[in-house]
Amino acid sequence: MPSTPPPVDDVLAALAEQFGDLPSSVFRGQTRVVVPESSSHEVLSLLKERGFDLLVDISCVDYLDYREPPMEMAACAGHRYGLVYLLASTVTNQRLTIRVFVDDPEPTVQSVVSLWKAANWLEREVWDLFGICFAGHPDLRRLVMPEEFTAHPLRKDYPLQGRGERHNFPVITRHES
Amino acid sequence: MAVSDAGKLQLPENVVVSRLDSLANWCRKNSLWPMPFATACCGIELMATGASKHDLSRFGAEVFRFSPRQCDLMIVAGRVVMKMLPVLQRIWLQMHEPKWCISMGACASTGGVFDTYAVVQGIDRFIPVDMYVPGCPPRPEQLIQAIIDLQDKIQREGTITGREFETAGRQARKRALVEIADPLSIDASRNPVLQRELAAGSGSPAGRS
Repeated sequence: MPSTPPPVDDVLAALAEQFGDLPSSVFRGQTRVVVPESSSHEVLSLLKERGFDLLVDISCVDYLDYREPPMEMAACAGHRYGLVYLLASTVTNQRLTIRVFVDDPEPTVQSVVSLWKAANWLEREVWDLFGICFAGHPDLRRLVMPEEFTAHPLRKDYPLQGRGERHNFPVITRHES
Repeated sequence: MAVSDAGKLQLPENVVVSRLDSLANWCRKNSLWPMPFATACCGIELMATGASKHDLSRFGAEVFRFSPRQCDLMIVAGRVVMKMLPVLQRIWLQMHEPKWCISMGACASTGGVFDTYAVVQGIDRFIPVDMYVPGCPPRPEQLIQAIIDLQDKIQREGTITGREFETAGRQARKRALVEIADPLSIDASRNPVLQRELAAGSGSPAGRS
């Protein structure tokens, strides 16, 4: 894989043809496109068809109380959660980042498990830590936190030291063990 | 053996008089079988302690066993997260009496730098601990010192029958392996942090501020 991936102009043109002008920006040779939540599944389907056969990662950022967003990130202003889809093509070596912004009270986005099997656990992790609901996910359970856990700990309004979950265990004394 | 004129006991060479309690404790302290509960970098120092340079077998404690049924010294080396604590407690309950516990390193003893929602802030909140070893991670010499200190403690505490380790309730529980209660059923009454959260009314879930 070269350090700077090949340009994705052809992909951007195809996206513009079908979905109109989507805000995009380039950082160190890597292109990112902001897609509205309503058409995210269609856009990702199209990209899959155009050869982005590898879903590298799905991640999320909580922009609660975020400072003034930089110019190329203007699309995130006013939104709370920014989903990040990292796509790659194993044929052309092209890489593309898709951003989808969702908001409270029920942040929801279409699941892409039907497109990439790899999305299954990635979406479960984002659900676990950020509470983003993936509509259509076949098995949306917690991935890393215990099943009984009730919060989504990577949200910025979740206290760093938790809400007492780490102290909520039976105490075994010397006498009873 | 004879009694001399002054009423003093005359012993032949190579004969030592002691109490059977001391003899039992002497056996216990010099045949510790550690249970290595190594979850982080302290585990590496634990391995170094057992390896040839520091040679824990000089103190009779080199037989690491990975079954709690065969161990009598649990060495908790590393941070314990809230998902791991029920496992730790279960292994501790499975170990036979007499048993001891060493909390090795800053994380096992206090949570260390990991003051976050997922990390237990000291295992002594939930299981009994005999020796704490400071350090991040402690050097093997420090762990050896803790084992020597624990040996002194063992020498002072037991009896030959071991009845102080042997209550009927304990043994019944161990045979039946009674499961500990559901670890995460939130119980505000024994949870000061949760009570403070509820009192402050900040327990509500997400929302833009």
